[in-house]
Formats: sequence, structure tokens, C-alpha cells
Amino acid sequence: MSSASSKRYRYLFVTVLGWLAAALLFFPIFWMVLTSFKTEVEAIALPPKLFFQPTFENYITIQERADYFSFAMNSIVISVGSTLLALILAIPAAYAMAFFPTKRTKGTLLWMLSTKMLPPVGVLVPIYLLFRDSNLLDTRIGLTIIYTLINLPIVVWMIYTFFKDVPKDILEAGRMDGASPKQEVFHVLMPLSLPGIASTALLAIILSWNEAFWSLNLTTTNAAPLTTFIASFSSPQGLFWAQLSAASTLAIAPILIFGWLSQRQLVRGLTFGAVK
Amino acid sequence: MSTVTLRDIRKRYTDADVIKGVDLDINDGEFVVFVGPSGCGKSTLLRMIAGLEEITSGDLLIDSDRMNDVPPDKRGLAMVFQTYALYPHMTVAENMAFSLRLAGVPKARRHERAQDVARILQLEPLLNRKPRALSGGQRQRVAIGRALVRNPKVFLFDEPLSNLDAALRVQMRIELASLHDTLKSTMIYVTHDQVEAMTLADKIVVLQGGVIEQVGSPLDLYHHPHNLFVAGFIGSPRMNFLTVTVTDVNSSATTVKLPGGETISIPVQPRNLAVGDRPTLGIRPEHLRFDRTNATIHGEVKVVERLGGETFAYVNLPGGDTMVVKTDGDTPVQLHDQVPIYLNGDRCHLFDPQGMTIPRAELRPLTV
Repeated sequence: MSSASSKRYRYLFVTVLGWLAAALLFFPIFWMVLTSFKTEVEAIALPPKLFFQPTFENYITIQERADYFSFAMNSIVISVGSTLLALILAIPAAYAMAFFPTKRTKGTLLWMLSTKMLPPVGVLVPIYLLFRDSNLLDTRIGLTIIYTLINLPIVVWMIYTFFKDVPKDILEAGRMDGASPKQEVFHVLMPLSLPGIASTALLAIILSWNEAFWSLNLTTTNAAPLTTFIASFSSPQGLFWAQLSAASTLAIAPILIFGWLSQRQLVRGLTFGAVK
Repeated sequence: MSTVTLRDIRKRYTDADVIKGVDLDINDGEFVVFVGPSGCGKSTLLRMIAGLEEITSGDLLIDSDRMNDVPPDKRGLAMVFQTYALYPHMTVAENMAFSLRLAGVPKARRHERAQDVARILQLEPLLNRKPRALSGGQRQRVAIGRALVRNPKVFLFDEPLSNLDAALRVQMRIELASLHDTLKSTMIYVTHDQVEAMTLADKIVVLQGGVIEQVGSPLDLYHHPHNLFVAGFIGSPRMNFLTVTVTDVNSSATTVKLPGGETISIPVQPRNLAVGDRPTLGIRPEHLRFDRTNATIHGEVKVVERLGGETFAYVNLPGGDTMVVKTDGDTPVQLHDQVPIYLNGDRCHLFDPQGMTIPRAELRPLTV
């Protein structure tokens, strides 16, 4: 009896802990959305106000000051474009590494991952100069290339892990049936790891969407995504919290809805195929 | 006509030789079984024939064409995998017709061919199911169907029955035998199960450590094993081995002293045995008999396994060896009984200290 009740207490404890963690993570988003409906005065009021008369004023001001949809369109094109490009490069690479490994495959994978450990600011100047000389500054193509390169290590790693889960026998059966490497990838490997590829793509889109460092440094107006849009509201005149919150809410809204709809895929992707 | 010929085939991985020179001729329509303990190289050899592993050196000929560098699908082979390796995202019909789809065969023709094969294998009601909705035996049948669709010159089977339960394994074994009888195709079959090897094969190839120990018909291997390894591997329960001492050698027989002190005479050629040598005597459990009047060795019964139709008695011998005696199902033998055992010299094998069989003076006919 005691073991059953201690089990129940543990379950209760874990549940409470889970809700606490979730609340903690969700609170900033909640507060941001709340603030976006306040007036600037209410936004900085102390103690903070939980109940107030909501206003759309901030959203209207924002739309007057900047063209949200042009920023959003840039974000969409660049995130989706860089994700597709990364997949096109990563799938053949992961296929080779998963099924035809050499002595150096593990090393190559680790090296790819290690590039993520380099502070990006370290290569900012050379990249900036390269972009300037090849006229890529403030272009969607330029940012797409950068995001592809940033996400490639993670995309290769994830797809490699998912490909590793596909039994070798099935690919060999395909080879016996006369599949060329290309047909093997398209007709056997990709359909089998489609859930994995989908969750990798989702993650890559989200990472690209959130990226701020490169977009702030390499774009100004033409190709500026939503991260730049938010930043433009922290102006020299001081911080307008309510406006900034409204801008941020608008910036994360599409990806939040997108993420919500594809939750299951995302969880699978984030656990790197460890949970089946 | 589909023959397969292996000429000094070798496989070397960076750190080890796996196949150390295999020569083999497989005739048209023959059912050949590669058998051996795990790690003996039998699967590797099959995969080299299939084209899934590179051949380090030597020649692989199919119908006298050199196939070493020909890709797997161009060799005219079809393979059935141990794990079935069905495409999980395709229906049974799509699985079976996949090779035709890759070859660009029109859809109607593909469908027709899948139907034909499904009829042979009684898969017709399952054609639109996905593999996950099939039982193990059905999956195995689909895997065989996928091979059949291609109408291959040679069928390759890589331990196809090991993932099935015992009853299904026996049933599939019988189906495979009758399939071979119907198709009359050349088949190469890998297994570690010597019962499958004995029951299915026209020709058994016993492998160990990457070399062929012996090639022959099932009964040939049973009655005339070349060495200790083959003698011990073929037959169940395995052959009993005793170390004996040579007391007399002449042209028609060699006399040896058993651990208990009795002597028996074994009709083998004299070769290089001399009095005082200590060769190994081998005799199968089914060739031993409890016999009070002719007893040549005595021992104490340690374990009795009653299977109903037959009984296996494990007997401790004076020298510390154990011998298995296969006897009738209703034999009255009891645990701890002292039993008299009769060894028929005519049924005994003698192996020299290097483990090689000393040939018989006269070969036993394989079938009467």
C-alpha cells in the first residue's frame, strides 16, 4: 500500500513540476502578448497591471510605421528557402555517411557540429566583406545562403540519425531489385524516413525564423526578416514596451501557430530520433 | 541453364580475412546450402555472390560470365533476406512489383505478374495490405514472392526461416522444398541450422573460419565426414567423441582400446596410424545400443531426456567422457543406472590427431 501511495505522490510531484516548468517557459510569451494590448503607461506601471482595458492602438501604430507583411514575407521566403536548400544538400550527404561510412565519417560529423560552437561574430567581418563584394548585402539570396550554412550541420546530423534507423536490409533489397542510388533514396529511403525529414525541416524553419544576428548585420530593408522588424522598435528615443511587445507578438505569431500545428513532429525531431 | 562457379574467392576487410579462398561449382537446378557456425563467413559468401559485398580476389562466374564487377540487379539473382526486408510503405503487390517498376514495366503488366506470383504463393487476398498487417509467415511469403517476380536465374536465401517460430519453420521448409521442385531453379541457401541443411539440400557446403570444410550430399556428409568438425556439426544430437589408444593395425582394420579397457576393431585403412597412437573415435548416438551380452563399455546414466518417440540417455564413461545414446521412447533406463553399451566397430569413425578422418576400408553405400 505504501509503495502505491508513494508512487502516486511521485506522480503528483512530477506533474506539478511539469506544469511549473511549462508556466515558467510560457510566462514571457504570455506577458508579451498581454503588454501588447496595454497603453505605454500601463506597460511600465508598477506594480504591473493584470487587468486593464485592452487596446489595439499599438498594432495600428506599428502598421503605420512599418510594413509588417513585407518583413513577414522575407521571413517566410528565407526560412523556407534555406530549409529546402539545406535538405537538398543534407540528404545525399547523410545517405553517404549513414550507409557508406568511412573511417573519417564520425570525425566529419563532429567537425560539422563543432562549427556551431564558433561565435558567429568571429567571422562577421569577413562574411560582411564577402557579401559586400558579391552584392549580397540586403538580399534574400544572401540571407538564405547564410541560414543554409548555419543550419546545415544540425540538418545533416538529424537526417543522418533518422537514416541510421532505416534497416540496411531494406536498402539492399532495393539494390537487388535494381534501384540506382538515386532511386534508392527517392523510392525507399525518403518515404521511410519522411517523419524524420519533416521534423528536421520544421526545426530548420524555426531556427531560421528566430535567427537575429546575421539578419541584423546583413540586411536593412529589402530583405529584412521579422527579427529586424522587432529590433527596429527599440529606437534611440527609448524603449516603447507596448509597441515592442506588439511587434514581437506579430513576429512570432506565424511560427507559433505553425509550431502548434506540428507539435508532434517537432517533439520527435527535437529528441533526435531517440524516442520512437 | 544457370550455374554458379566460385574460383578462389577471397574477402579481406581492413583488419581480417573473412573468406580465405573458396572454390565451388553449383550446377543448374541445384539446391545448395551453406551451413556453418555463426561467423564462419557463410552470409558474407552469399552476399558476395549477390553483389552486396565486394569480392577482394578470385572469380565469380554465373553461367560462365564473370560477375565480379557487375551490379547486383544485373546478375540475374534474387535474394530473400532473414528480416524479409519488405518495403514498409508499399502494399504487398507494390512490394512484389517494385523491381518491375524500376525496370519500367507498364503498370498493367506489373499487376498481372504480381497476380501470377500471388496465386502460386496463396497471397492473393493480401495483395493490398501493407507488410505491418501481415504475420511473420505471410511476410516471408511476400519476400519469396518478390524474388519470384523477377524470374531470376538463381535464388539466394539468407537464413530465411530463422525469424519464424518452430512450427512455421517446418511448414515453410516444406513449402520451399516443393517450390524448388516446381521451379527447378538454382537456389543457394544460407543457414546455421543443420536440420534445414539436411532436409533441403542437394548439396551441402560446410564452412568454418572462411574456408570450405566439406562439400557433399547430406548423406555423404553424414556417413563420410572429412574431419572432426564436419562429423560434429552434421547430425543431431552431435556425434560422440572418445580418445582411444591404437593396439593393433592391419590392412583391413585398426584395433583400439576404449577408456573402459575393452578393445574394438574398426574397418579403416591403416594409413599412418601406429600402435600406441591416440586417435579420436566418433560414433553417432543413434548407432549406440544398450546391450548386456555384447557390451564394450559401461557407464552411469547422468541425464535422461524422453521425447516420447525416442529417448536420449547421457552416460558418464570411466575416463570422464560423456556419451549420448539414442534409444527407444519406452526404454526402461533410469537415472543413475549402470548401463552396458555396445559400440559397433563398423559404425565407428576414426580421426587422426590432426582431426582428419581416416578413410574406411570400404565406403558405405549412401542409400540402399
